Amino acid sequence: MPTKESDLKVKAQISDANGIRRMLTRIAHEIVERNKGTENLVLVGIRRRGVPLAVRIRELIHEFEGEQIPMGSLDITLYRDDLQTIAQHPVVRTTEIPVDIDGKTVVLVDDVLYTGRTVRSALNALIDLGRPQAIRLAVLVDRGHRELPIRADFVGKNVPTSHREIVAVSVVEEDGTDAVQIKELDDDGS
Amino acid sequence: MDRKDLLGLEDLSTDEITSILDTAEAFRGVLDRPIKKVPTLRGKTVANLFFEPSTRTRISFELAEKRLSADSIAFNASTSSVVKGETLKDTVQNIEAMGVDFVVMRHGASGAPYYIAGNVRASVVNAGDGSHEHPTQGLLDMFTMRRKTGRLEGLTVAIIGDIAHSRVARSNIWGLTKMGATVRVCGPSTLTPREVEKMGVTWTWKVEEALEGADVVNILRIQKERQTANLLPSLREYALYFGVTPERLRRASQDVVIMHPGPMNRGVEISQDVAEDGRNVILDQVTNGVAVRMAVLYLLNGNEPASREAEMATVEG
Repeated sequence: MPTKESDLKVKAQISDANGIRRMLTRIAHEIVERNKGTENLVLVGIRRRGVPLAVRIRELIHEFEGEQIPMGSLDITLYRDDLQTIAQHPVVRTTEIPVDIDGKTVVLVDDVLYTGRTVRSALNALIDLGRPQAIRLAVLVDRGHRELPIRADFVGKNVPTSHREIVAVSVVEEDGTDAVQIKELDDDGS
Repeated sequence: MDRKDLLGLEDLSTDEITSILDTAEAFRGVLDRPIKKVPTLRGKTVANLFFEPSTRTRISFELAEKRLSADSIAFNASTSSVVKGETLKDTVQNIEAMGVDFVVMRHGASGAPYYIAGNVRASVVNAGDGSHEHPTQGLLDMFTMRRKTGRLEGLTVAIIGDIAHSRVARSNIWGLTKMGATVRVCGPSTLTPREVEKMGVTWTWKVEEALEGADVVNILRIQKERQTANLLPSLREYALYFGVTPERLRRASQDVVIMHPGPMNRGVEISQDVAEDGRNVILDQVTNGVAVRMAVLYLLNGNEPASREAEMATVEG
């Protein structure tokens, strides 16, 4: 990422490991409730932080339903709408969805919902892989400022933010710690 | 990777090579899907300028371009303005003036793509220049080796054949030695560059010695079209002394990876049995070639302004 971590200062802590666990537990229950069970469900995490969140939701569903639902991970880089404007193209990671998604209910999982452009890319990427019966969206944080007509079906927390702020979700699997923080560009240096 | 052109593996760093191979892995996944197309290079145009005949490489590039949703135009030297006497630079600049973002170029003269790269804004990809380099072939060979054995560092690779005329050999040698593989080259001394050992490889004329314990054998094509200087007594004699046969292969590692950049001369550099051996990955090389060329086109950034602000805006989304 081009914005250096050191340019940002932490403005507020929204959630810690326990908070994230509770949010994911509620989301897991809502997914199963909405689907009236686990039949035909497939969880798909959007790389990178959507993937560990999808893994956790899957474990939680396994705990209270006793079912292991299939899951995969989706890399949306090749479907981004801003590749024309980026000088150095970002790293492409692999998409691994080990099940046929035709006729399934796919729940996309991501950490933060912001402009909606990542989700738009993910929808296109997913539709190239098959024809799901339905696609739903689960996010840990919805921070507003949508630029496309996209809405999440399952939301951990709505966090009103300004454009200058960044909502940083850390997960143990990627960052060594679980937290949701609001960060802001530091004006001192610029 | 911050680079306008891909001209040769000699110019690349190990990080750049690794980044191309990793990216190719993602594109290899795309090729296994029911819909083998991604919208990544929508709106970009690629000119394929082949001043020398080529089937495999040209089709492979064309497929890679189509799979990335780029528009491609083909240029055939025999039916073009080249026969009317236009210079190389004028030809390429005229094509660029039509709004081309990438130029994929095969040329009989070593160094031709370097000359063009310095004269156009488009990204230039060398698809083989004379007997100099064929970087995408070198990359797809390394990609295939890495997929098959799980590594490049510490691999022992034997390259057998006409080293002097082979751009494939040169790209393989530069790439593999950079990535930490041990490279042995083998062939008649008339077809070996005098100072090949300065490239960091060992040379022998004994096929048995080159194959001893090798993890990979890359068998090069005897290029009949380049054998005008009587460097070989006959193809039959070449097959007798340098042809890779099942008996000779027994000296190599038991699960040796057998490679050939194609097109094969069965019964000359590769015996019929070896060409049919279950350990050969010759068709995998072809499939992997498309993925590697997609990765290269994706990673090069010709004609694009470096826009720091645009990057800032993509931090989240």
